[in-house]
Amino acid sequence: MSDKNWFLYEVFIRSKNGLSHKHAGSVHASDTETALLSARDLYTRRGEAASLWIIKSSDIIASDPKDDSELFDPSDDKIYRHPTFYSVPNGVKNM
Amino acid sequence: MAIHIPNKPETAYIVRLADNALILGQRLSEMCGHAPEMELDIALTNFALDLIGQANLLYEHALNLETLASNVDEFALTRSLDDYHNCLLVAQPNVDFAHIIVRQYFFSTFQKTQYEALLGSNDKTLAAIAEKSLKEIAYQIRLAHGWMLRLGDGTEESRARMVDALDCLWRYTGELFEKDSTLSALIKSGASADFTLEYKNWQSEMMKTFSQAGDLQAPDILQMLSGGHDGQHDENLGHILKGMQYMQLKYPGLQW
Amino acid sequence: MYSTDLRTDTEKKAQAVTASEDAALWEAFQKRIDAGDIIEAKDAMPEKYRATLVRQISQHAHSEIVGMLPEGNWVTRAPSLKRKLILLAKIQDEAGHGLYLYSAAETLGRSRDDMVADLLSGKAKFSTIFTYPTPTWADIGTVGWLVDGAAIVNQIPLCRCSYGPYARAMVRVCKEESFHQRQGYEIVTTMARGAPEQKAMAQESLNRMWWPSLMMFGPSDAASLHSSQNMKWNIKRHSNDVLRQRFIDATVPQAEILGLTIPDPDLVWNKEREAYDFGEINWDEFWAVLKDGGQCGKSRLRARRAAHDNGTWVREAAGAYAKKHKTRVGKAA
Repeated sequence: MSDKNWFLYEVFIRSKNGLSHKHAGSVHASDTETALLSARDLYTRRGEAASLWIIKSSDIIASDPKDDSELFDPSDDKIYRHPTFYSVPNGVKNM
Repeated sequence: MAIHIPNKPETAYIVRLADNALILGQRLSEMCGHAPEMELDIALTNFALDLIGQANLLYEHALNLETLASNVDEFALTRSLDDYHNCLLVAQPNVDFAHIIVRQYFFSTFQKTQYEALLGSNDKTLAAIAEKSLKEIAYQIRLAHGWMLRLGDGTEESRARMVDALDCLWRYTGELFEKDSTLSALIKSGASADFTLEYKNWQSEMMKTFSQAGDLQAPDILQMLSGGHDGQHDENLGHILKGMQYMQLKYPGLQW
Repeated sequence: MYSTDLRTDTEKKAQAVTASEDAALWEAFQKRIDAGDIIEAKDAMPEKYRATLVRQISQHAHSEIVGMLPEGNWVTRAPSLKRKLILLAKIQDEAGHGLYLYSAAETLGRSRDDMVADLLSGKAKFSTIFTYPTPTWADIGTVGWLVDGAAIVNQIPLCRCSYGPYARAMVRVCKEESFHQRQGYEIVTTMARGAPEQKAMAQESLNRMWWPSLMMFGPSDAASLHSSQNMKWNIKRHSNDVLRQRFIDATVPQAEILGLTIPDPDLVWNKEREAYDFGEINWDEFWAVLKDGGQCGKSRLRARRAAHDNGTWVREAAGAYAKKHKTRVGKAA
């Protein structure tokens, strides 16, 4: 029953030039060419795409939510990285 | 009103193009919900949508050129069997996915040749329909070609099924490039270039694909079959029409 | 939506152990839900939450795929080229929606192959509505109008459910389905305003489809197995009865405008409740159809099995070819 020859591919769509690719979903396919065509047929039925990316799902490395605190919390208090941290004299525009 | 048969060769030819697209679209739509894999269901339905869309545009154009019926649906869906002028190939049944792919690959590659010959047509509407359709055809060829290779060079079973499909369908390819009086009139009037000159090129393109596809061979057949262009069909079309015409014939003149 | 269970094997094992019956995890998880947090694929979650979602999302996916068949029954016989194109596009959308949903369910660690196997073996359920036959063209109208109408009422709240991949799939589905109900209503409208025989055909279809459509919302709240826990988890946001009432209140005026009669003698506007009172649903029929498959349940499954079996050699061929060739994408994205 299980078709071990077919793989899961993740599909990313650029909806128009100027925007980055965004994850749309996945397709099952035997190789990248059929994955690309299936992604086109499945995810761009309404003219949603200017470009498609395909990647084998098993090739994605995702961070572990358990590590969220060590990975992402330390940047929360680096407020000096944000422009609002700095005061600018009244009258200065466009900075 | 009664259905009228086209007088002008231009109109007759456009009806032929439309009938090809409609009947193949109809055949493919039988697979909707039944294709071998869900992704392929969507792909085959796309083909059906492309083809029936092309047919619709072509019928509209034909009805603008001549008064053939009161509307497209009456013309497309109520004619008698011998007033359909599609080639025999497009009515061949969906035996299995190999037959579907081979039929599609033959037809789409032929249709590309045929429609490219219309790009310079003195009928600007026809040229525009051809130009739009060629984009769809290019995609169909890419997908069908990919599956020609995968099925031909896949497993023993898939290759055997491809051999059977070629054996059954190759005999209908001669008709595609026949130059009859209708086409000759169009070539003369400047409505179409003579794509029948491309027959040999088309055949060598097929041979190239066959050889890439697990070294398939064109079957050795004694006779190419034709007759569809003249309304002489085999057993398939009648059954297709029975479903396709059901509502129009049962409820003449009603809108849905 | 993410479509893959992005957890590594080690992460899966660790979560399965802690997630089994860890009271602390349950409590922490419920706190996240109550705070309106969205749960993502790799997050720790109680196994029961995971299992519930897999069941619900895969059943939803099965329903989309099986739901192609009653409408597919009319594709070759559609009365005009325009209707044929619309119907094909709509059924194709349903295939797409099935695939979006399988994608979403796969993020929870169950493969599409396994889910499809459950459908084909009869183990998994699909919506009872798709066991009903579509003998007339009018049914294509009422399926769009009522069945898609009911589906939209069910699905819109799911766009805000607690599981991110499911919610995102539903956003896409709802966006695409907005034309489905309209095209169905347009068919019914054309028939109701057409010849007497067309109007009669539309009414006859409404008579058959009305009650099964109401059953799409599931058993009444009193008899519903999963409702309360699912609402606590924010997988479900409104009870079956609330959604059913919403559907009835929206649909009755649509029938009236067309001069069609809802086949319920007890249907009456209740001024105080500002809602329609309606007659008793035949729940015996619902449970019988759920268990036995009703008129077409068996043939729907047979059709899906045939499609799948006819695909086996195709999938094998494609796999074998890929192994031989290690194909890369020919053209750059």
